[in-house]
Amino acid sequence: MSHERRLRFKTLFMVLLMVVCANVGDLLLKRGMLQIGAVQVSLTGLWHALLSTTHNGTIWLGIIFLTAFTLCYMTAVSWADYSYVMPAGAFGYAVQTTLAVVILHEMVTPKRWVGVVLICIGVLLVGQTKPSTTNVPPVAS
Amino acid sequence: MIKVVLLLLFFICCSTGGEIAMTHGMKQVGEPGSFHPVAILRFLGSAARNSWVWLALPLLAVSFYSLLILLSWAPLSLVIPASSFNYVVGTFGAKYILGEDVTFKRWAGVVMVCMGVTLVLITG
Repeated sequence: MSHERRLRFKTLFMVLLMVVCANVGDLLLKRGMLQIGAVQVSLTGLWHALLSTTHNGTIWLGIIFLTAFTLCYMTAVSWADYSYVMPAGAFGYAVQTTLAVVILHEMVTPKRWVGVVLICIGVLLVGQTKPSTTNVPPVAS
Repeated sequence: MIKVVLLLLFFICCSTGGEIAMTHGMKQVGEPGSFHPVAILRFLGSAARNSWVWLALPLLAVSFYSLLILLSWAPLSLVIPASSFNYVVGTFGAKYILGEDVTFKRWAGVVMVCMGVTLVLITG
């Protein structure tokens, strides 16, 4: 496999991991916060919410996934262009919409589908460019 | 209205600045030698010692909170397209600050993603 092809493959793999981790993390946080209930905006309410979140396993799992997302992002930009990783990560919005239709059977407006198609075309266009156009970074020591 | 515009500019500066600082820092750190746990720990250790990464983290945190404040001040139809504009500003930053070669094809992709994200989030 050529250097550029290998670079493209590992960058897109890392972007895919970013998308999965961010979506699963958001979903788990949402589920965890629903278990806790609405947060009261007062000192005691915020303190109670803080204590509840630290005792909620679903929220901790969500935090782990979101930390994994950050690590994947940091890893991806250590070798690939920021202007390559950033728009490619937007593919997550297209995945979210598709999952909302397939799993949650939500109704999606035509305007939103147009948005999904635009994101997919945009990601395809960016994906065809060179993943890294700056000097090859050194290996971390 | 002026305070919304000022906070929007502040949000875009912090968000783009944070991501550019993070990219610059991670380029200095370099990629992990392998995906072996020891190599990953070494990679994270190098990142934790990089001052650009430490500059990026508070900027990204501030941008997150300014977005939350913006959402409480202004309608979604104004905040979302403005925050999607980050893709365009970020690409300018990548070209002129990080020195990345942004081709016409990449620009076209970024603009399409920007419009697509705006449509998806507004109609969501």
